[in-house]
Amino acid sequence: MTDNATRDAAAGPAAAAAASPAPTDGAGGSVASVLADTGVNELLRELDRDLIGLAPVKTRIREIAALLLVDRLRRSRGFSAGGPSLHMCFSGNPGTGKTTVAMRMAAILHRLGYIRKGHLVAVTRDDLVGQYIGHTAPKTKEVLKKAMGGVLFIDEAYYLFRPENERDYGQEAIEILLQVMENNRDDLVVILAGYKERMDRFFESNPGLSSRIAHHIDFPDYQTDELALIGERMLDAMHYRFDAESRIVFDDYLRRRMAQPHFANARSVRNALDRARLRHAYRLYAHPEVATSDESLTTIVAADLLASRVFSEGSAR
Amino acid sequence: MRLTQGTFSFLPDLTDEQIARQIEYCLDRGRAIAIEYTDDPHPRNTFWEMFGAPMFDLHDAAGIMQALAECRKAFPQYYIRITAFDSTHGVESITLAFIVNRPAHEPGFRLVRQEEPGRTVRYTVESYAVAAKPEGARY
Repeated sequence: MTDNATRDAAAGPAAAAAASPAPTDGAGGSVASVLADTGVNELLRELDRDLIGLAPVKTRIREIAALLLVDRLRRSRGFSAGGPSLHMCFSGNPGTGKTTVAMRMAAILHRLGYIRKGHLVAVTRDDLVGQYIGHTAPKTKEVLKKAMGGVLFIDEAYYLFRPENERDYGQEAIEILLQVMENNRDDLVVILAGYKERMDRFFESNPGLSSRIAHHIDFPDYQTDELALIGERMLDAMHYRFDAESRIVFDDYLRRRMAQPHFANARSVRNALDRARLRHAYRLYAHPEVATSDESLTTIVAADLLASRVFSEGSAR
Repeated sequence: MRLTQGTFSFLPDLTDEQIARQIEYCLDRGRAIAIEYTDDPHPRNTFWEMFGAPMFDLHDAAGIMQALAECRKAFPQYYIRITAFDSTHGVESITLAFIVNRPAHEPGFRLVRQEEPGRTVRYTVESYAVAAKPEGARY
């Protein structure tokens, strides 16, 4: 053994103790003191600020935060109820922010001291289900091991189960998942996500899974004004902006787009903005003689939006 | 005779909780944990069999404890050790290794003396278990 090893060993236990979140002492013992301790309020405010709409989601997160806080207080006075089960299911239409919230969730649960590491492992069917007999179990276990201490996010979870093929290996992955969700509740949080109807059908055929998930959270569709706000935020993040006219046109665009099929909420907004950026760039490119200012480089004008197919189809009809 | 190799080997065997805490300590410092096993624990046998690849992608002791449980199940009567690899430039080697599983009965080692000309004696260490049985049937 090297000197290094001995040094490590000597520091080991003490360092490990310091690294684990310090249990709150019973001396202070008020909700306020624990709140100040964990910075949860700040976290929730951040959530309110950064995520638009999604009232039911925010309510549930606040409830979970409250439960974990009160649990802490109870523990400090010797009342123990065991860790709550925090496996969740996010269901909602495309583009309603399921993945975004899941990413946040890992940070929130970490800050609340429920999970130890706070990383998020996002997987889909491909990462869990193998291609031949005996391939699935090790693959699923590998992913679960990786997610220990954090959050395992399974996007479009219903693909795991293929009722039309009874020899599908997805069932095996689900069984392992169930086992770990039950036995390693303290080690990881599993979040399933997917579109509402398909998720419901998935749970109907896997009642064991449904009953092991304590929190079924529905992501509502966004309203027009919320989408407009989301659009502004996205543009802001990309260092673009609307002028007064294009803002009105964009509202109109949203209303028309929402009425069309395959509307994917915030994702559609993002795509619309990406296309507007294309047109904006092409407009500048097509008129090379015009001097470019900061203003022209960052402003999306009405014409960039009006060129969209959404408007031409609307008027043709 | 109790095998004393690696860190903590003069202490009583670590409990699972203590092992997890040590692993946590290593992970906090960015070390990669690996599990190794052998039934030939000669002091000069530094290369034990690897149980899976080093777990570069695990961030939490719980996952490693699971792998350790699998290894113990597969090799209950083998020596199993946990190693922590430090990838820091200039170190790039194992910085901590400790035994986490040992066979129920450890017959120990004997000292073999070989006579050389001029009353010289050469010494060698030989494991009773290794000398007695072939690989896989030793403990």
